[in-house]
Amino acid sequence: MELPRYHRLRGAYYRLEGSACPACPGRYFPPRAVCPACRTAGLRMFAFCGRGTLYSFSRVLQPPRGFASMAPYAVGMVRLEEGPLISCQLADTDGVDLSIGMPVEMVTRKLRDAEEHGYIVYGYKFRPRLGRAR
Amino acid sequence: MRDVSIIGVGQIPVAEHWDRSIRDLAVEAIAAARQDAGIDRVDVLFVGNMLSGELAGQENLATLVADAAGLLPIEALKIEAACASGGAALRAAHLAVGSGAHDYALVVGVEKMTDYLTDGVTAALALAADADYEAAHGITFAALNALLMRRYMYEHQARHEDFAPFSVNAHANAALNPHAMYRQPITVDDFERSPWVADPINILDSAGICDGAAALLIGPTSETRRARRPPVRIAASATATDTLGLAERKDPLVWQAVADSARLAYAQAKLKPQDVDLFELHDAFTIVSVLTLEACGFADRGSALKLAAEGRIGLEGDIPICTLGGLKGRGHPVGASGAYQLVETVLQLRGEAGPAQVRGARVGMAQSVGGSGSVAVTHILQV
Repeated sequence: MELPRYHRLRGAYYRLEGSACPACPGRYFPPRAVCPACRTAGLRMFAFCGRGTLYSFSRVLQPPRGFASMAPYAVGMVRLEEGPLISCQLADTDGVDLSIGMPVEMVTRKLRDAEEHGYIVYGYKFRPRLGRAR
Repeated sequence: MRDVSIIGVGQIPVAEHWDRSIRDLAVEAIAAARQDAGIDRVDVLFVGNMLSGELAGQENLATLVADAAGLLPIEALKIEAACASGGAALRAAHLAVGSGAHDYALVVGVEKMTDYLTDGVTAALALAADADYEAAHGITFAALNALLMRRYMYEHQARHEDFAPFSVNAHANAALNPHAMYRQPITVDDFERSPWVADPINILDSAGICDGAAALLIGPTSETRRARRPPVRIAASATATDTLGLAERKDPLVWQAVADSARLAYAQAKLKPQDVDLFELHDAFTIVSVLTLEACGFADRGSALKLAAEGRIGLEGDIPICTLGGLKGRGHPVGASGAYQLVETVLQLRGEAGPAQVRGARVGMAQSVGGSGSVAVTHILQV
């Protein structure tokens, strides 16, 4: 990933920053400029808490270029506590029986194989929530 | 808008064309369509293509094709709408001719995918997804559809084998189409034994990587007396869009762009789903067929699998789909697929579909979908 692009994405990738509409209850990830529900412009930054439940999941066995060293890896869609869905990789799933509805939480992890430029691209992934026995 | 008809069609077999370049493929399909029409005039060219920059190292593609096909100095544009590019190119041509800006428009859908290994093609196809929030996370196209399929199976208590009739039907019909790539019939057992791509999607849930080109010549219906072949009217041409990111939808299992483009098309044609004699839908994955049939009014939510299980999608069924193999059986040269669907619909309506002919077909619908349901182009053709 190109450095300026990675830099632009830091709020979303590290802190799960999306948007909130000042005029309606809309909360969005990724961030948007215009509210798709009420068409209000000028949405505000809103950071999601990083907890949610698994909406769906899969395991990628045919990885695209740039992900070979990680394959097979699990991906999912997570229903965030604040409402929106997010697409993501799932982490720490070895030996875990993934199921729809299971509680998950955000962690920061390496997103893809090393690239020629040398820096590592980090971002959010979601893992089965720790201490969820209760 | 003037009434517009398709007056010539041409296609080359879908295959791994290692000895043909993207320009060779386009030129061959164009020549076939022009010969079929028997009309020399072409005023404008629309090239439907998704990945020429990424997989053929070529942009400015429409100029290249116009030059290679001996059409200079006509206006020529590439139309890109991911895997819906072929359908979108006919939509653009329909606007050009319908508006009166041009009289005869040539549409060619072309894609060259087999110069690269699978990881490169998989990365290229992911360009149709959200670059920052899907592709950069290693979420492939197959994975996005797998997320939908798993959720669908959960909400509707479906098993993987319930999706088999879609692939079995596609391969059975492809066996009757000399232009199809996968002409071997398959069984439910083959379907279940196929290896995973991104579970619960396996190889036989997925349309394959290939090369191809298909072309159509269109003109004002009032001028079609000059054509060599029976004209086929474009009764409807409609496009709709939805969020690029799959996760940004209220309910990912509702394919709203597909539903919206179909609704607009039904209104333009003054027809209902029951009036459609065959439906060339965008079966890139079996789950896409399911969500499409439910979005377009052929099945209620959660009941498309039942429609397939009852044999109603076959050539003798009440809503035959993928009659010449669909994306799964004919092959899915992505930006060309929409053009193939339209060519096949024309052949059905002219009664030229050979052993795959749907008897008495008068109304055919062809729909191309780009991204994970983020753009849909629907055409209804009529004779």
